[in-house]
Amino acid sequence: MTENVITSPRSADFADVRVTRSRRSIWPSGIGALVLIIVLFAFPYYVGPGTTGIMVQGLIVLTLASMWNLLAGYAGLVSVGQQAFFGLGAYFVLIPAMHGVTPWAGLVIAAVGAAVCAVPLWWLVARLRLGYFAIATWVLASVVMLVIEQISSIGGGTGEPLPGLSGMQPAVLTAYTYWAALIVAVLAIGGVYLLLRSKIGLTLTAIRDDERAARSSGVRVGLARMGVFIAAAAGCGAAGGVLAIEQLQVVPGTSGGVFSVQWTAEMAFAVIIGGIGTIEGPILGTIVYMVLQQELQSYNAWYLIVLGAVAIAIALFARRGLWGTVVDRFNIRLFPVGYHLWAPGEGRRRKGPADAAP
Amino acid sequence: MAWVNAIIQGLLTGGLYALFACGLSLMFGVMKVVNLAHGDLAVVAGYLAVGVIAVTHMPVLWTIPVVIVLMAIIGYILQRSIIQGAISRGELTTLIVTFGLSIVIENGLQQFFTANSRGLGVGDSFITASFSIGSQIIVPYMNLGIFVLAVIVLLGLNQYLSSTKYGRLIRAVADDREAAQLSGADYRHVFGIAAAIAFGTVAIAGICEGMITTISPTIGTDTILLFAFASVVIGGLGSLWGTLLGGVVLGVAQAIGAQINPSWEQLAGYAVFLLVLVIRPQGLVSQGAQS
Repeated sequence: MTENVITSPRSADFADVRVTRSRRSIWPSGIGALVLIIVLFAFPYYVGPGTTGIMVQGLIVLTLASMWNLLAGYAGLVSVGQQAFFGLGAYFVLIPAMHGVTPWAGLVIAAVGAAVCAVPLWWLVARLRLGYFAIATWVLASVVMLVIEQISSIGGGTGEPLPGLSGMQPAVLTAYTYWAALIVAVLAIGGVYLLLRSKIGLTLTAIRDDERAARSSGVRVGLARMGVFIAAAAGCGAAGGVLAIEQLQVVPGTSGGVFSVQWTAEMAFAVIIGGIGTIEGPILGTIVYMVLQQELQSYNAWYLIVLGAVAIAIALFARRGLWGTVVDRFNIRLFPVGYHLWAPGEGRRRKGPADAAP
Repeated sequence: MAWVNAIIQGLLTGGLYALFACGLSLMFGVMKVVNLAHGDLAVVAGYLAVGVIAVTHMPVLWTIPVVIVLMAIIGYILQRSIIQGAISRGELTTLIVTFGLSIVIENGLQQFFTANSRGLGVGDSFITASFSIGSQIIVPYMNLGIFVLAVIVLLGLNQYLSSTKYGRLIRAVADDREAAQLSGADYRHVFGIAAAIAFGTVAIAGICEGMITTISPTIGTDTILLFAFASVVIGGLGSLWGTLLGGVVLGVAQAIGAQINPSWEQLAGYAVFLLVLVIRPQGLVSQGAQS
C-alpha cells in the first residue's frame, strides 16, 4: 500500500506533474484497516456467541454487497440473480460435506464451483444489456433453483442438514464460523481493491466513461465484464458457503431459502445506500443494513421494506450514497483506486486547493 | 389424446401469459423502462379486486373495470413521480428504483395480507363449467374466456396505437422523444398516459390470475414477472402479436413439460426461453433490422 509514482513525465512541460493514487497519504488508512481487521479477529474472545452470530450475518451481507458493487458499480452489470451463485455456493459446501470433506475446505470449493458455473451462465446473458440483463439473471437464478430441486439426493425441494460439524462445541463453532466469514469478507474486499487497481480496473473505468470509445480503442469490453461476472460469482459462492455453515443446513426455495431474491435485494440496497461505485460504500451500507435489521427484527420483513424505501430515496435524491456524500465534502478515500494529479509545485503538506494555487 | 389436451390447455394459459407480458412490453417500448415491479403491481391489482369485492360485494367480473381505472390512476401518478424521476437520472437508477418498488410491494403485501394465497371466486358454476371435445379434451369456459380477453386486449391496444391520434402520439414519443417535444408534445404526460394504459393491462392480468388460480404476495416475481419476460423474449420485442405468440409458446412448453413430469412444468418453459435466447435472440417474430 505504498503511494508510488505511477507515470514518469514524458516531456519537459510536465516535469513538475506527479500522479499518485491518492491526494493524501494512504499509510494511516492502511494501518487503520490492519488494526481493524486484527480487532475484528479478536472479537469472539470478547463478545458472546449471540453477538458473533449477528456479526456473521453482517459479514455475509458485506461480502455480497462488495460483489454487487463490483458488478453494478464498476462493470455496469445490474444483476438481480446473484442468489443463483449464493445458493450454488451453499450446495458446493453441502455436497462435499456429504462425502466427508470438511465444510471449511468446502468454502474454497464453493468459490471455485460458483465461478465455474458462472462461465456458461455468462455465455447466456452476455449479449443482454441493463434491464434485459437484470431480468434474465433473475430467470437464470430461478432455473438454477428448479434444477437443484430436481436432485433428490441433495435434499430436492426440502433441503438437507449439513453434516461434518456436529462434533464441535456450539461456542467454538460460532467462533470458527465468524472467522471464516471474516476471512471471506476481507478477501472479497481486498480482492475487489486489487482488481480495481490492476489493468482490469483501468479497463472498467474506460468502459464506464465511454463504452464505445473504449471499444474502438481496442479495450476488450466483453472480456473485462466476463471477468467481473465470474469474480462476483466466486465471492457470492463463498458467502453462500458461509451461510450453509452458519445455518448448518441448506434449504432451497425462493421464500427464505438460499435462492431467495431477498439476498440480492439486501446486497443491492446496502450498496445503493452506502454509495455505489466506491469500495467504502458497501461497508457503510452493510452497517446501515445491520442497524435496521437489529432495530426492526421483531417486525418481520419490515427492515427490508424500510431498506428498500431508503434505497429508492437515495437512488433518486443522493445518487452517490452516504459515502459519496462524504467523499464530495472531504475528499477522503480509504481505498484509492483512481488517480490524483498534482499540479506543478503542489505539495503534500498544503491543505486546500486554494493554497495550491499560485 | 392426453397430449392434445395438454397442448390446448397450454395454449389457453398462453393467453394469460400474453396479458402478463403486454404491460411490460408497452412500458419498455415507449419509455425504455424495464419495470421490475411489474409482477408485484399485478398482484396489487388482484388484492385491490379483493378489497373492492369486500367493500361493495359486486361480482368479480364487475371489479375489472373498477380496478383498471384505479390501477391506471396509480400508473399515471407513479410514472409522473418516481419513475420519471428515475428515467431522468439514468437506466441504473430506473432499475434500482423499480427493483426497490418490487421488494417493498412484495414484502408490504406479505405484512398486510399474510403469505397465504387467495382466489377471486367468480361463482362456482363459471369456474367449473366447461365443454368437452371428444372424450378427453376439456375446455373450461373461464380459460377460454381469458384467452379471448387477451386477444381482445392485444387487438385493442394494437388498434389504439396505430389508428388513434393519441396512440400515434405515444409512438412518436417512443420513436424520438426530443423531436416529439419540439413538435409540442409534452413527453412526460404522454409517458404518464402510456403507463396508465400499461397498468390497466396489468390490472386485467392480476385479476385473471386471481380468477384462474390464486394470488399471493410472492407470485408477483416468481411467476408473473418472469413469465412475462420469457414471453416477451420468446415472441420478440416490439410486436404485440409476437407477445401473444411468446405467451402461447411458453404456455404450451410448460403444459408439455408438465405432461412428461409434473415437476418439469416451469423448467420446460424456461428451456424454450433459453433456447430462443441463444438461437434467435431477436425473438420468433422480429421487427426487421431492430436488434
